Amino acid sequence: MLTNVDWLSTLAPFVVLAAMVIMLRRAGRTPLWSEAFRRLRRNPLAMISLAVISLYAAVAVLDSISWRTSKTDDFRTLLQRIAERPKERTYSAPYATVTTGEPEPHPLNEKHLLGTDGVGNDVVYLTLRGCRTALILGGLTSLIATPLALMFGMLAGYFGKWADDAVLYINQVLSSIPSILLLVALMMVLGKGVLQLCIALGVTSWVSLCRLSRGETLKHREREYVRAARALGLSHTRILIRHILPNLLPLVIISVTLGLSGLVLAEAILSYLQLGVPPEVGSWGNMINGARVELAREPVIWWGLASASGALFVLVLAFNVFGDALRDAVDPRLRTG
Amino acid sequence: MAEPLLQVENLRTYFNTPRGTVRAVDGVTFSIDPGETLAIVGESGCGKSMTALSILQLVPEPAGYIESGRILFRGKDLLDLRWDDMKTVRGREIAMIFQEPMTSLNPVFTIGRQLVETLVAHDGEATTGWQRAEELLARVKIDDPRRVLHSYPHELSGGMRQRVMIAMALMNRPALLIADEPTTALDVTVQAEILSLMAELQREFGMAVLLISHDLGIVAEMADHVGVMYAGEIVEIAPAAQLYRSPKHPYTRCLFASLPSRQQRGKDLVTLEGVVPDPANWPPGCRFAARCPDRFAPCPSTHPVLAPVDGAQCARCLLYPAAFPPGVPVQSPEKETVR
Repeated sequence: MLTNVDWLSTLAPFVVLAAMVIMLRRAGRTPLWSEAFRRLRRNPLAMISLAVISLYAAVAVLDSISWRTSKTDDFRTLLQRIAERPKERTYSAPYATVTTGEPEPHPLNEKHLLGTDGVGNDVVYLTLRGCRTALILGGLTSLIATPLALMFGMLAGYFGKWADDAVLYINQVLSSIPSILLLVALMMVLGKGVLQLCIALGVTSWVSLCRLSRGETLKHREREYVRAARALGLSHTRILIRHILPNLLPLVIISVTLGLSGLVLAEAILSYLQLGVPPEVGSWGNMINGARVELAREPVIWWGLASASGALFVLVLAFNVFGDALRDAVDPRLRTG
Repeated sequence: MAEPLLQVENLRTYFNTPRGTVRAVDGVTFSIDPGETLAIVGESGCGKSMTALSILQLVPEPAGYIESGRILFRGKDLLDLRWDDMKTVRGREIAMIFQEPMTSLNPVFTIGRQLVETLVAHDGEATTGWQRAEELLARVKIDDPRRVLHSYPHELSGGMRQRVMIAMALMNRPALLIADEPTTALDVTVQAEILSLMAELQREFGMAVLLISHDLGIVAEMADHVGVMYAGEIVEIAPAAQLYRSPKHPYTRCLFASLPSRQQRGKDLVTLEGVVPDPANWPPGCRFAARCPDRFAPCPSTHPVLAPVDGAQCARCLLYPAAFPPGVPVQSPEKETVR
């Protein structure tokens, strides 16, 4: 199932990027967001974290552009052409000149900043490759989960009655199954792969956002401007899409940003449980998973684990800091609005 | 005489609450002629806003529902219309403005977009809409309408927002405008401006206005007819001049007595003792009996009907023999209190 869709994951970063650019451009025109952006620009921490995220995104984009020079060639990504180093025989420590873990150390082709892994791949390159997987996972999952959550949340909040009951029932059922169990079950059915993981994570992670948007819709439904809109003869669809949705977006964007870090972490955890992306896809989770045996070796092979978790840590921290800053920047207006 | 524009007959709007059924609007009947202004006056919770919302069928669901009655608009019963047809009545035929101009506009859209949207929702053209929006903003006396078109609600003052709300209601040239306490949330100085603006626009557009207010004083300048509501019922309804000259129902008299006036300078204002009875449990007789200064024997047990007492003036009070329901022996108060 879903095995011939690799082009989708090639396209994914661009879809995510385009969606973000369009949203930012639209948002920039409203006073709420242009003021929030101004406040963000004055916040150095937010700017640093945004720069970090952009750096990761840039690496991910480099890793998504690929071509081959001749018919017989393999496709090679831009990142591969820039950052890939010649292969070594096996492990080597950061900045070492000879291999480790062999009875007789062999000289290396060149020095590696973060050493090499068991099959001699440069760890820097492997870590950079993980960026794409992490961001695609976060972005694509959000793209799947957010519309789902918004749709159900708004329908439940606006129409109430049986629609509300139905959505709340689904929510309660989903949230009473341990999420890791549900993920395992879904991955068993869908098979391994980046897209499959996105779908599985999307299905399990929309619940909390759905609750949030339901509550917000309930709040806005009782506002005077919605009553005024109804009194002026607007249809339900129009009220939902044109009046309530734009009022939900600030909160949704904030909670999605804060949720991204959780999704990136979830990938690492699932890959560690060997339920994540397939091994041939570079991912930090796979690297951390590989470190299980490496840590037991003598001498300890720590650089793979360290650089993967380091990269993960920095990205998750950046998302959290940025999400917080975004919330602070938007919040004062939310209170008065 | 021409057919009335709106005829509300025996409207009952009830609410299901944990304490039982609340009869918020309990048998309200009135009519409005084209171009005429009817004011409905009453204290908070007497059901005047619910009457207005019932006409547009915007009673808060699921608790509230229209139990019975007829709402004839141009001879058609609005209660028989399907949701889709009702949608075309709202905004196009009957428009409504609300008490709170601060929250009646969507905070994330410009004024212009919200004005045009009400037109587009009724199959209007967006391009001509902007022109019309600008015209109307000028008509409601907003300086620099072009700038306001591109402003957001939070950039405007309360008075400006209420002007925008009026403009929005007029976008589709409705035949009837329902104004639910349009000036209550505004400063006193702005109140008068908004009211005279409404009166002016009403003449110009030839529309009828249903003005809901708790303030008899405000209503005096605008209304042709005034209905006084108490405890879910209309207790007195009359041409404005007649009502102000000689109020017939004791409640109306109390309302007038509690208005500050020049004759009473230096004296304390009259206050009405007691509270409105529990709407989930109306008393069996006259609902005003417990607070009424002119109460006599049959009042607590006999529910009066709304009956003509002086020409077009109708009152629901047992001081007038006509108000005794059929089959109940007419009694007169021992002390002569009819003034």
